[in-house]
Amino acid sequence: MNILEFTLLVWVGALVAGLLGALTGIGGGVVLVPLLTIFFKVDIRYAIGASLVSVIATSSGAAAAYVKEGFSNIRIGMFLEIATTLGALLGAFLATKVPTTAIAIIFGVMLLYSAFLARRPRPRPPADESPDPLATRLRLNGSFPTPEGTRHYNVRNIPTGFSLMFGAGTLSGLLGIGSGAVKVVAMDQAMKIPFKVSTTTSNFMIGVTAAASAGVYLNRGYIDPGLSMPVMLGVLAGSVLGTRILMKADTKLLRLVFSVVILLLGLEMIYKGLAGRI
Amino acid sequence: MPVQKEWTDQKIENIVGNLLRAGVILSAVVVLCGGVLYLIKYGHVPADYRIFRGEPTDLKSVSGIVRDAFALHSRGIIQLGLLLLIATPVARVAFSIFGFAEEEDRMYVAFTVIVLLILLYSLIGSASEV
Repeated sequence: MNILEFTLLVWVGALVAGLLGALTGIGGGVVLVPLLTIFFKVDIRYAIGASLVSVIATSSGAAAAYVKEGFSNIRIGMFLEIATTLGALLGAFLATKVPTTAIAIIFGVMLLYSAFLARRPRPRPPADESPDPLATRLRLNGSFPTPEGTRHYNVRNIPTGFSLMFGAGTLSGLLGIGSGAVKVVAMDQAMKIPFKVSTTTSNFMIGVTAAASAGVYLNRGYIDPGLSMPVMLGVLAGSVLGTRILMKADTKLLRLVFSVVILLLGLEMIYKGLAGRI
Repeated sequence: MPVQKEWTDQKIENIVGNLLRAGVILSAVVVLCGGVLYLIKYGHVPADYRIFRGEPTDLKSVSGIVRDAFALHSRGIIQLGLLLLIATPVARVAFSIFGFAEEEDRMYVAFTVIVLLILLYSLIGSASEV
């Protein structure tokens, strides 16, 4: 396969990953690394570098659309970014020390977890809770537009959320993914932030988190222009397309199919890691 | 509609949205230009990413990438586009400092400065520790 064919195939793969990621909210980054390592036989370090760059593109591209709709909460995002960027630095440094087989296994476990999260029904938090004093102090409580008018929400369990965000950042830096799934769990489940606000704010944060590890990756030579070019352009095109149709699409079946794909990729990554073939 | 304050969260978020979009579009255009040049020049060469070699020094540092891109090396141009992409969220954070300062929200100015310092450390400071 020459570089032209390779580039076009990777572009198409990245486009599909970006489209599915945007439509299901599961994240295109999680399938990119397995796609590149399993099907295109790319060294996992180059794959992680290219994936991370594309994560910044998707996040920034989608966030540009979301922020204007008023769902994302800029204060929650910025406050939690302290945790995610510190975690991302730690993760990126770990990535240069940990053997690639171990990274593959951790990646596989992360994929299984993402698939599990995507299938688990979300328990709805009670609508009206008294404000958490810490959240009030940090000015994290907010509101967002719904068809029935503006809805207010109160943020809870901030220390738990902050710690989970540090973990999400570390995973992001170690695996070159957005780790949107962990971010949404931290906000939606732990901090009781409405789902729509959690997903859009998470998306908003992913770019900054990824940028914190991208610098380290760039300096370590993990970001290859020839590979990152089709990956970034493909994912970007896919995610722009995806967010265009997201607001009206019913994605239940798609989420089911995509979570099965992620489950299988996870098993394959763990197998490859254990067999030392990565 | 209430009378809009000069600086509201929504106004800041709108500017941030435009900033992000502009950064992504600009970087995508630069990457695409470099990509076309790269494919014209190296399209027929066999692709091989099986073995990790790391990037050459000039594609690893900010100054090296800029020099390479202005010499019109295709890989350097792509890398410059990627660098612009990485800089986009950094610019967003830098702008947020200004936004929070306009709202006289000192706590969030401090939070944002912390995030910016972490990002700058990664981009510039982490190079020297190899």
